[in-house]
Amino acid sequence: MEYFIQQLINGLTLGSIYGLIAIGYTMVYGIIGMINFAHGDIFMLGAFIAMIVFLILVAMFTTIHVVFFLLVMMIVAMLTTSLWNWTIERTAYRPLRGSFRLAPLITAIGMSIFISNFVQVTQGPRNKPIPPMISSVYDVAGISISLKQIVIAAVTIVLLAIFWYIVNKTPLGRAQRACEQDRKMAALLGVDVDRTISITFIMGAALAAVAGTLFLMYYGVVAFSDGFVPGVKAFTAAVLGGIGSLPGAVLGGLLIGTIESLWSAYFSIDYKDVAAFSILAIVLIFLPSGLMGRPEVEKV
Amino acid sequence: MATTHSAAAAASTSAQPNVMADALKEAFYAGLIALGMFVLIVGLKTDQNIRNELIIVERWTLLFVVVAIVMIGRFAFSAFVWPEVERRRAIGKKAVVATEPGFLRRNINWIGVVALFLFPVFVIWTSGVQGSLKWIDNFGIQVLIYVMLAWGLNIVIGLAGLLDLGYVAFYAVGAYTYALLGKEFGLSFWILLPAAGAMAAMWGVLLGFPVLRLRGDYLAIVTLAFGEIIRLVLINWREVTNGSAGISGIPKVTFFGIFDFDVSSPFYIGKVLDLPTSGVYYKIFLYYLILILALITAFVTVRLRRMPVGRAWEALREDEIACRSLGINTTNTKLTAFAIGAMFGGFAGSFFAARQGFINPESFVFLQSAIILAIVVLGGMGSLVGIAVAALVMIGGMEALREMQFLKLAFGPNFTPELYRMLLFGMAMVVVMVWKPRGFVGSREPTAFLKSRKSVSGSFTREGHG
Repeated sequence: MEYFIQQLINGLTLGSIYGLIAIGYTMVYGIIGMINFAHGDIFMLGAFIAMIVFLILVAMFTTIHVVFFLLVMMIVAMLTTSLWNWTIERTAYRPLRGSFRLAPLITAIGMSIFISNFVQVTQGPRNKPIPPMISSVYDVAGISISLKQIVIAAVTIVLLAIFWYIVNKTPLGRAQRACEQDRKMAALLGVDVDRTISITFIMGAALAAVAGTLFLMYYGVVAFSDGFVPGVKAFTAAVLGGIGSLPGAVLGGLLIGTIESLWSAYFSIDYKDVAAFSILAIVLIFLPSGLMGRPEVEKV
Repeated sequence: MATTHSAAAAASTSAQPNVMADALKEAFYAGLIALGMFVLIVGLKTDQNIRNELIIVERWTLLFVVVAIVMIGRFAFSAFVWPEVERRRAIGKKAVVATEPGFLRRNINWIGVVALFLFPVFVIWTSGVQGSLKWIDNFGIQVLIYVMLAWGLNIVIGLAGLLDLGYVAFYAVGAYTYALLGKEFGLSFWILLPAAGAMAAMWGVLLGFPVLRLRGDYLAIVTLAFGEIIRLVLINWREVTNGSAGISGIPKVTFFGIFDFDVSSPFYIGKVLDLPTSGVYYKIFLYYLILILALITAFVTVRLRRMPVGRAWEALREDEIACRSLGINTTNTKLTAFAIGAMFGGFAGSFFAARQGFINPESFVFLQSAIILAIVVLGGMGSLVGIAVAALVMIGGMEALREMQFLKLAFGPNFTPELYRMLLFGMAMVVVMVWKPRGFVGSREPTAFLKSRKSVSGSFTREGHG
């Protein structure tokens, strides 16, 4: 039982990271109906920026509290990846709106290859390990919970609360929901659709950057190829929760993280990625609208 | 026509200083954005020191160069390229004068085929027997494998409009079929080639069946998932596939059992035909083998396009609902596209295994699927010649990049051009999609038509202008 709860906690930690990435997929899909394949690489880029900022901070300060470190890493990573995603949307995705169906996805795949190789060329192909930032572990009734896991849970909850507030209570959020329902109608009613889409990309990138920072803190290592698999898993999470639904993305992320962790604990660690990919295929085939999504009706 | 032209010209001259000022402003903003994007990731590099700790190396010159390139590029684009595009758009397209295509244009396909057949002869003639090995093997065979794969994938994407991101899985199925059966049971390549094709086609149907209801993006993602699952199974099913270590000692292809290319065998080509021992025979033989396989793919594609099933594929690509309303069985149509595309992937896979003599799951990663997809996209989705040219430029160009030693002189001795190949690949995919979403050689003109061939307006199809 203790082993099970231990694995559950590990899974939920992992799941929070997937959930944060999944929100970026689900929001973009909700508004412009495109799978932003490069989103996983934006996450990886966020982790890299956080790693570089960490090294600068370590070189400059020695006695500053770790919370300050994390905060600066997150903010710089959020700003940089937001700028990247904004630029990508403007230059690569916007011209293709209204083009044929597969064009945005193919462009996004090209962008994904570009970003990961750009990082490889500029930062080198090797793994980048950093010294552990937080190492305390608490023992609660035989279950060990590390401070890292608490930090991840806390950051995720705070961010989701802010995010929920923006989407549900602000004019910007209202514009986003309007664009999601009917882009043409929203434009007729005076919503600046292009601006709303840009902001959606920025918000997705910021959350991915936080996920990247947390990933770096949790595992202590990042490589240029780390965007693909977490990206696909986060996409699976978005699909599982019902693509377009924000609570669904978080729920999906937590579920995928838990399933992956329990699968590795009880079945076989070799096939843990197979489990995630199989869930993706099974959900898309048998439950295309996900757990919390609306079924899609095609009108002619 | 003339008045619009002069009006546009007048507008462009009066707007000249404005254009320049705007371009400068835009270049400035572009520079700021580029600075923000690149300051950490380009300006600083992380390296491991002797104790394996990460240290930061500053590269401000490189950052400055990159930002300057972005600014100059943006300025040139806003000041010169874009006004020119606008001006042309204002003038409108010139009426095309129908001209009889010249001899070269009419027979481009046959000239290409003849050139491909003469290629090894030419190479041996110019660079000698030993020098030709590199060109025939690394260049010729490599490019032709990708041509064949891209033509196979073209059936699925270009004709049927189904985006398959797991195509490399069928390539893997073909390769492992030949490697395992050829090594364990000693069966000949000529028996296993159809077997590999059938096996891959079977997997195509097997994987295609559950995803029939999906369309577009979802289909793409599920095929990606299947492709990755197959690769992960190949890695982890160690008893059969030997895991990441791969399979080595895969038997070579024989010349229909008449003679073979194994020096120690009694039927070695040198002994049978009384020739000196050399590795070049096998390479030349493989070159012609893959050339013929690729040409079969092209031939089948061309013929299928004229058959009802090919027409059904194209209808499916343009509008699935309309297609179903016309009584086309979309299930069968999709499955045949998957099966036939996969079959050619399987052929190419078994050839790949025979050529390499060694395979492991690393050859079948998602990136391979993306490269093949990039070739199909750049070549214009549907156009066989376009795809062949794209494969030549992309794969051949990248192989040639390896040879360009003078780049080392320009960028310093540590410059490795291979590193940039995928970077360029990704960039080319994005640029081509933004600039010409239908690829360089558009081929969506109708293949079935009444009296004359007309292009279809975008408002009639779901897939945009043809």
